[in-house]
Amino acid sequence: MMFADPVLLARAQFGLNIAFHILFPSITIALAWVLVYLRIRIARGAGAWATDAYRLWVKVFALSFALGVVSGITMSFQFGTNWPGFMERAGNIAGPLLGYEVLTAFFLEATFLGVMLFGRDRVPGWLHTLSAVLVAVGTSASAFWILALNSWMQTPQGFEIIDGRLHATDWFAIIFNPSFPYRLAHMMIASGLTAAFLIAGISALQMLRKRAFEPARRMFGTGIAIAAVLAPIQVLVGDLHGLNTLEHQPAKIAAIEGVWETGRGVPLLLFAWPNEAEKRNDFAIGIPKAASLILTHDADGEIRGLNEFEGKHPPVAPVFWSFRIMVGVGMLMLAFAWVGAFILLRRREPPRLLLYGFSGMAFSGWVAVLAGWLTTEIGRQPYVVYGVITTAETASSVPGAYIALTLVGYALVYTLLMISYMVVITQLALKEADGGAPASRASAAPQPAAG
Amino acid sequence: MQLDLPLIFAVLMGLAILAYVILDGFDLGVGILLPLAKREDQDLMVASIGPFWDANETWLVLGVGILLVAFPLAHGIVLSSLYLEVALMLIALILRGVAFEFRVKASGWHQVMWNRLFFVGSLGAAIAQGMMLAGVITGFRGGAVFLAFELLVGIGLAGGYALLGSTWLVIKTEGELQRRSLRWATLSMVLTVAGVAAISLATPFASERILDKWFSWPLMLWLAPLPLLTAAAFIGIFASLRRLRLGHSRREWPPFVLSVWVFVFAFAGLAYSLFPYLVVDRMTIWEAAAARESLMVVFVGTCIVLPMIVGYTVFSYRVFWGKARTLTYGA
Repeated sequence: MMFADPVLLARAQFGLNIAFHILFPSITIALAWVLVYLRIRIARGAGAWATDAYRLWVKVFALSFALGVVSGITMSFQFGTNWPGFMERAGNIAGPLLGYEVLTAFFLEATFLGVMLFGRDRVPGWLHTLSAVLVAVGTSASAFWILALNSWMQTPQGFEIIDGRLHATDWFAIIFNPSFPYRLAHMMIASGLTAAFLIAGISALQMLRKRAFEPARRMFGTGIAIAAVLAPIQVLVGDLHGLNTLEHQPAKIAAIEGVWETGRGVPLLLFAWPNEAEKRNDFAIGIPKAASLILTHDADGEIRGLNEFEGKHPPVAPVFWSFRIMVGVGMLMLAFAWVGAFILLRRREPPRLLLYGFSGMAFSGWVAVLAGWLTTEIGRQPYVVYGVITTAETASSVPGAYIALTLVGYALVYTLLMISYMVVITQLALKEADGGAPASRASAAPQPAAG
Repeated sequence: MQLDLPLIFAVLMGLAILAYVILDGFDLGVGILLPLAKREDQDLMVASIGPFWDANETWLVLGVGILLVAFPLAHGIVLSSLYLEVALMLIALILRGVAFEFRVKASGWHQVMWNRLFFVGSLGAAIAQGMMLAGVITGFRGGAVFLAFELLVGIGLAGGYALLGSTWLVIKTEGELQRRSLRWATLSMVLTVAGVAAISLATPFASERILDKWFSWPLMLWLAPLPLLTAAAFIGIFASLRRLRLGHSRREWPPFVLSVWVFVFAFAGLAYSLFPYLVVDRMTIWEAAAARESLMVVFVGTCIVLPMIVGYTVFSYRVFWGKARTLTYGA
């Protein structure tokens, strides 16, 4: 039977869901703050461009938010349906962190989103702007708690084990665990970059349709400005995050770098085919000593190899490759952001080729975010709580056929949603550019926008 | 004196689930009624729930969140026993939730498709939740009889949600749509009565212990008001709908408020039957509870934050008070 391994199926299902989910918060966390910025510009008397831009991006936000909410609800159930053992053993720690996320973030963002979207003519202006701020605070608070939990699963501390169950001893140590500050910063900046490239990319698409469309020109610049500032910071934070991982999860770094044997002066592999069976890399091309230099800041520094973590290291190829995809896309984003900024700063008209390029990069943040999450989450295997609880121990006893059946269901639904999302955003943007409902005419012919 | 934290969290979880069933109940109900309405009325119906559905659904997350936080040992058993029902509900809620957004942003046949999915998702979620309820009552037994019972409860709950939805529309709409809502309310009440009756009759048979809890003297005397009040609420709904239809009364609130009471009474009966078990006759709330220090951490936060949540929820309902209007994104 193909349902041979329920643990693998459960992982595939949870992985699919969590991967689908992360796409939307990675947009909304930062886009919420961009909307706050636009509201403030509007309140200070910016021209019609700001109103038009806000109208488009608030729709994108509402859509992204809804997709994040529904896939997030799914996750809260899949903790129980797929990993009952996780809550049984680590529930004393994971529970309160998730509980605080619901209490301090979910209700706040969901309630004020209603006011922010539909309350313009029902509340005073300051209260409407405050609602936008509270939605943004809610999305960021949500990121804080869930990343605290995720980081704790990577670098657990502040607990003791009694009868196989984990008990909290120090909540401050649990929340501010060693990898948390780096992961939080890395993810928040990743969200900024994802939103920035979405904004710049969709605006570029609008400019290709209608070059003089003012809201698109302004938002194109806004997106590039955010990206040009954040991209280099992300390189720095990513490096710090990597050093932190080397200290606390050396097996993950060994897999990322494809280092099979402990050694000094380890090369930085640009390309290789990790061969798990024979424990070596095929077709390796690398820069001599560069991995040692980056990770230990010493060309002859020692890096521990996978041989030291026999049976306790993640599958090498997926981690190795997803890391390279993340870095590659990240570098491409940096290049695009700086070229774009260079052209705009010199007050040149962006060439068509650049606009095509940015349109193509509109969803590049998603690729980088997914690749990054695959690196860190697969890199944590075979553990669910690093060094403490293995993934297999926590799996459910649900029959493999059930998991396979629902996995196919989720996959179909998510594919439908993903395609619809990208098509609808593109259509909305092009309709705006074609003069669907500019701010000056909006009051005369309101569009229904229920939801 | 030491706080009995598992008991407190059981009460909180009950309240969160009750809040969810009532709040998301009326908006799922509106979704279930959608295909019965004329095309031009559908936007207004969705507009009457647009600003609320998201926060309403968050009560579900809070309910399952408390199960997860406070009773981690039961969380796994309950959710993996209800694996397929949960998956059905989640897929339905996903389709319903995104259809809110897609149905107004898509165009052409896409729009028709999302309108249908909005209905399918609302109905599917209601039926799946009814099946989950039936599973909890019967202690997750299998077999054809129990599947039939699950489906019956599912349809009954969908009827109950339609009752909440239609009486909500009575408050939020006017004219022709309001008159139609009155008719829908009468129809869905029939289904609701059937569902409540089915659960009430089946629950005692699910467990000897529950049977004793209801039908032993003199306990019966103390419990008698619950079924009587439920019956009175049903009669009240019927009478107030009739008065509105005949134009004898202009008071639009009684049908909705009385429908809420039906849910409260039914919920109280269920809670009494199940208490103190989370998994019928197998695991009590104390056996399933998380460690005391973890419960305390969440309890303190809940005491501070929950009143604020209730506060701004009331605020948001006040902002959108009165008859529904077509929604526009204000810039």
